[in-house]
Amino acid sequence: MTFPTSRRALLLGLPALLLAAGTAGAAWMMRVPSDLDLSREKATEAGLYMAAVAPVEEPVTVGPMHAWTVTLTDRDGAPLDGARITVDGGMPQHGHGLPTSPAVTQDLGGGRYLIEGMKFNMPGWWELDLSIEGPAGTDSVTFDLVL
Amino acid sequence: MRRLPVLLATVLVLGAAGGGLHVAVQPGWSEVELAQVRSLSLEALPPLPADPSNRVADDPRAAELGRALFFDTRLSANGEVACATCHLPDRQFQDDLPLGHGIGQTGRRTMPIAGMAYAPFLFWDGRKDSLWSQALGPLESAVEHGGDRTQYAHLVAERYATEYEAVFGPLPDLTMLPPHAGPVADPVVAAAWEALPEDRREAVTTVFADMGKAIAAYERTILPSETRFDAWVASDAFPKAGLLSEDEIAGLRLFLGEGECVNCHNGPLLTDNHFHNTGVPAAPGLPEDQGRAAGARLVREDPFNCLGPFSDARPEQCGELRFLAPDGEDLVRAFKPPSLRGVASRAPYMHAGQIGTLDEVLAHYASAPAAPEGHTELRPKALSAEERAQIIAFLGTLEPLTPDVKRLAEAPSRSAALRERSLD
Ligand SMILES: [Cu+2]
Repeated sequence: MTFPTSRRALLLGLPALLLAAGTAGAAWMMRVPSDLDLSREKATEAGLYMAAVAPVEEPVTVGPMHAWTVTLTDRDGAPLDGARITVDGGMPQHGHGLPTSPAVTQDLGGGRYLIEGMKFNMPGWWELDLSIEGPAGTDSVTFDLVL
Repeated sequence: MRRLPVLLATVLVLGAAGGGLHVAVQPGWSEVELAQVRSLSLEALPPLPADPSNRVADDPRAAELGRALFFDTRLSANGEVACATCHLPDRQFQDDLPLGHGIGQTGRRTMPIAGMAYAPFLFWDGRKDSLWSQALGPLESAVEHGGDRTQYAHLVAERYATEYEAVFGPLPDLTMLPPHAGPVADPVVAAAWEALPEDRREAVTTVFADMGKAIAAYERTILPSETRFDAWVASDAFPKAGLLSEDEIAGLRLFLGEGECVNCHNGPLLTDNHFHNTGVPAAPGLPEDQGRAAGARLVREDPFNCLGPFSDARPEQCGELRFLAPDGEDLVRAFKPPSLRGVASRAPYMHAGQIGTLDEVLAHYASAPAAPEGHTELRPKALSAEERAQIIAFLGTLEPLTPDVKRLAEAPSRSAALRERSLD
């Protein structure tokens, strides 16, 4: 699954600015690594699946609780239904985890799943870790987000 | 802890590259920096979030009843304690004491109320998930109001029947109920409660919950007021000095940057409404305090929570409770950061008033001592005395505007005069 550029630009608008301002603004902001892969679609670590994440409502801001969808495909690009997904994450630069305990609440079909209960309570670099249990085995993927 | 090596490496890089940079006030602000400053101002405050667990949350009649209850000292064991005893309206709805004093002494600092309707969890440990369920806790605490449910229900029937019934409908039949009964610490009162039939207990508890809902409707009207910082952000001079002095602006930059204060004190209320262990020392003489680790358990067990029988919400409207982080290392001795609006005039600080002045608070954050339990989120920071003073100067701009400054701030033609005043 791919995202139209405009959607991604909208979601990543602030982070893109943040990164652009990285050198000038870093004097008074926690430096977010400039080489983060901010893509929302990735192969899982061992290459068993492809995973794509997207917030249900944009933009994603610091504070409110929001939902995301995860779209999974197998190695052949076929939608992966019936997978079990657990959600974890945190802020690598702050040493803490997610403020909430998000969970998959719906299998939307077509390889799509709804994650509810996501929240980011601070600006900065966040990791979203998904552990995916499917027919090919268990694999994980980490998405980097900058708010 | 996640990826500590990365974290340490980053700190080292910052330490090596950042020395001295933060001292000079840079003339330029990037768009991101300006956006971050604006995100702290009152203009960024979203509309009051709905409280689906309280069907009368926005009913003015409920707010009026709640206001009356808030100030009524009859809601206590000795006729002397009201909500307003500790939440003093002319003191930001707090009491300037290290620990709250009602019938006895509590184990925590009284929290201010302005903007609390934005908080998904209440109290320092978040053991309540709505303003109305929060209001019920002190009413039944032996050291706060010290009263009980039938006492309160009788009072409502005797003194507030008309107002109550206009909002909530007919009162239940309270005849033959004992004057004192409720699930409280007093064994006699608790035994009287246990002796009541289930349906009568439920009827009384409904009245009790409704009292909380009325008080919550009142508390929802208590909102933060404009500060000099807000007026500065809205002024033509922004981001140049004007309503804020160069020192105060330097403090703001430190707040956002080197000080990393904004990590937890973000958004227009300057709190992330989450829970943090910042290594605050234990208060002498008080029992061990687990903070959020206990609060997360208590809120899930609370019969007055969003998913409970007295809530007006549907389960799907209880996201904060359903997806709450139930346990883990991050929760141990973690406490909610209060809003920094008005903080400069609100000593003492921390959840049990352990720290007396903002200067000492900043010294604590700079030195980052080990936590008495769990792990502090702080890292030591090389903030000079001057830098700490600048941050404190910035915090001083978060005081509500005095009528005098407010008038000046509202008159653009006089902004020059005000600028001179602010630099005095
Ligand atoms: Cu963080």
